[in-house]
Amino acid sequence: MHLHKYEKIWLSFGIVSLIVFLSVVGVSAFSQDHTPSGGMETIDPEKVNETAPFDNPGVTQLDEDTYQVAIVALAFGYTAPDLRVPAGKEIIFKVTSTDVVHSFTIDNTKVNMMVVPGRITTKSYTFEEPGKYLILCNEYCGTGHHMMYTEIEVY
Amino acid sequence: MDNKQSDHDDVNLKGTLVSVFIVGIIIVAMWVAVYMMYVAR
Amino acid sequence: MIAYSDRKIALWHIGVAYTAFLIGTLMGVLQVFVRNDSLELPAWLDYYQVLTAHGVLLALIYTTFFIFAFFITGMSKSLGSFGPKVRLFSWIGLWVTLLGTVIATVLIIIGEASVLYTFYAPMQANGFYYVGLALVIVGTWISSFALVGHYLGWRRRNKGQLSPLFAFMTITTIVMWIIACLGVVATVLFQYIPWAFGWTDTINVELSRSLFWYFGHPLVYFWLLPAYIAWYTIVPKLLGVKVFSDSLARLAFVLFILFSIPVGFHHQLTEPGISNFWKFLQVVLTFMVIVPSLMTAFSMFATFEIAGRKKGGTGLFGWFKKLPWKDVRFTSIFIAMVFFIPGGAGGIINASFQLNEVVHNTLWIVGHFHITVGTPVAMTFMGLTFWLIPYLTGRRFTKRMQILGFIQIITWSIGMLLMSTAQHVLGLLGAPRRTAYSGYNDHPAAMEWFEGIVSNHLTMAIGGTILFLSAMILMYIVIMTMFVSPKAETPEQMVEFPLAESDMSNTPKWLENWWIWIGIAAVLIIVAYAIPISQMIQHAPPGSKGFITW
Ligand code: HEM
Ligand SMILES: [Cu+2]
Ligand SMILES: [Cu+2]
Repeated sequence: MHLHKYEKIWLSFGIVSLIVFLSVVGVSAFSQDHTPSGGMETIDPEKVNETAPFDNPGVTQLDEDTYQVAIVALAFGYTAPDLRVPAGKEIIFKVTSTDVVHSFTIDNTKVNMMVVPGRITTKSYTFEEPGKYLILCNEYCGTGHHMMYTEIEVY
Repeated sequence: MDNKQSDHDDVNLKGTLVSVFIVGIIIVAMWVAVYMMYVAR
Repeated sequence: MIAYSDRKIALWHIGVAYTAFLIGTLMGVLQVFVRNDSLELPAWLDYYQVLTAHGVLLALIYTTFFIFAFFITGMSKSLGSFGPKVRLFSWIGLWVTLLGTVIATVLIIIGEASVLYTFYAPMQANGFYYVGLALVIVGTWISSFALVGHYLGWRRRNKGQLSPLFAFMTITTIVMWIIACLGVVATVLFQYIPWAFGWTDTINVELSRSLFWYFGHPLVYFWLLPAYIAWYTIVPKLLGVKVFSDSLARLAFVLFILFSIPVGFHHQLTEPGISNFWKFLQVVLTFMVIVPSLMTAFSMFATFEIAGRKKGGTGLFGWFKKLPWKDVRFTSIFIAMVFFIPGGAGGIINASFQLNEVVHNTLWIVGHFHITVGTPVAMTFMGLTFWLIPYLTGRRFTKRMQILGFIQIITWSIGMLLMSTAQHVLGLLGAPRRTAYSGYNDHPAAMEWFEGIVSNHLTMAIGGTILFLSAMILMYIVIMTMFVSPKAETPEQMVEFPLAESDMSNTPKWLENWWIWIGIAAVLIIVAYAIPISQMIQHAPPGSKGFITW
């Protein structure tokens, strides 16, 4: 097996590019906390409404600079009263589902979370700009999937 | 291994080199563009 | 020409493939018009029912049946006619796969399975939908074992020899496919079927998703590798040259066995239940599987350049003009390759860990797979169809058909360019996939997505319409070459199977030692999956009941 000289150049370029891509996302994810949404917490999907924090869904201030937003996704909407959060503060979203798989996706942000029954998905995000943001479900969940949306207001 | 016939080192593949690098540039450019969108969000 | 009985098996596969293609593309054009609110489906037809049919019939059925038609013909051509056992099992495989297809399709049509081709739990379809899908897989296994048997027979008769490149690549694809299917078979047999028939009450959702995607990623390589087989073994013949490098072609293929499977988590990057460590590990493995595609890109350009220079092309790009552009068998595949450049680049982006948050489940993804499977793979199959059917039926591929072939591939390219570009841009803006028309109550953010030059309601619909017309031209060509075109009488009228010569004199024998590759693949799969999967089982939350939300 023998590689043509140019093929060596090409593959080296390709492999170096891939290593660079991986390093950029890896460093940004693990040293600057830019990991995608996820989490290992579990929950009984039939007891969501009795389990904290989903027994009291909505916005709670955790401390000076951190807010937690607990949301229950269900066909075809979100139980999340009065979603208003401040700009410039860390918002920790916690989402779960009482029925099928959904998503919790905030337009024009990094918040694009899969919501799986039995699991709690977590994502931390800081809004820069005040405004009203569209929240929608982008994981197929049934006939009303394209009607599943709500809004969050950033002040 | 005897590589005399099939290593192609004698053939002119300059066009190939340029072509694959065009592919490479497209890959890098698209990746960087989406990366910047990610950072901006 | 290969044996009549082998041709018949292949032709049946092609017949089923194009029946699925016909229905699937019809669904596609309905989708684009529902999505831009110019079509309201009748009450008995739901958008997601249509979308389920589109995904199943095109991504699973059209591809699989065409792939086996190609494999059966190529294996008979390169290793000799099938014996009675191989033939029998190929027929059984065909009928089982077809039976599964019919069962699944009927359940989609009667509205009991609007769960899309990914059938994510805990949406619960009629249990027979899962039975149908399981039969599809089992049927492909039977057909696969028939081909493996044919190959082993050849190996026994030709001790110590490397098999022809086509056979080697076919077996590679099949080995990968069989290992990949273990995941979906496990989840369908042990999770979905008992749960859908009520023998168990609940299902472990995250486990079912992970087992699905253990299969789901290599599934896309199951579509792609047959296209690569055509690129490596057919294209050089059309250009009048040999395979660029037999050993590198084989090496690229075995790398696919190793790295196409332990990577399924890159479809689950934004979901809970898998820790960041395991997600990132599989992201790294995903990047490894890019390397054989980079090798393929080089081999293709090198093949073109060598061929063009042989025909007198000079300078840096003179060879390009010398390529056989008037040969629709070549031009189709060339366009397919061009589409794969942004398609592959998009795939790298999708797999880039947190960048996935920008694109996950947006229309970008829809754009992405239409310029990977929907064009590079599908158009390669179209390019093969042009000669494969006449080769199998002994009919002519007339001048008229060649012209229609050109119109077909050019319209497909234009349609796909419009549709997929619109989808890519809309997705980056945030528009979700798998949705009927919705303005989210005319939310300004959602309205804004559709106000661009390409990202608007019209572009996708125009693209989809052109695509559908193209698909119908293809159906015409298929029917003509299958049943109507005049029989070839003289040798010049005979359509050949253009299989390139490959110089194996420098190819090391260990490349064909399957146990090495299966062994390494198993180790990689265990490393990537054993711990996260066992965590999903041991630390499982209470399971989910079934829901019918459509
Ligand atoms: C006439 C040609 C075609 C048209 C107009 C078309 C159109 C579409 C549209 C608009 C969607 C997205 C629907 C949505 O997300 O709401 C879609 C999804 C899809 N298409 Fe196509 N398509 C065509 C051909 C193909 C081909 C040839 C393939 C593969 C071989 C393919 C595979 C798929 C798959 C796998 C999906 C995803 C289904 C899902 O989300 O479950 N399409 N198509
Ligand atoms: Cu939904
Ligand atoms: Cu994948």
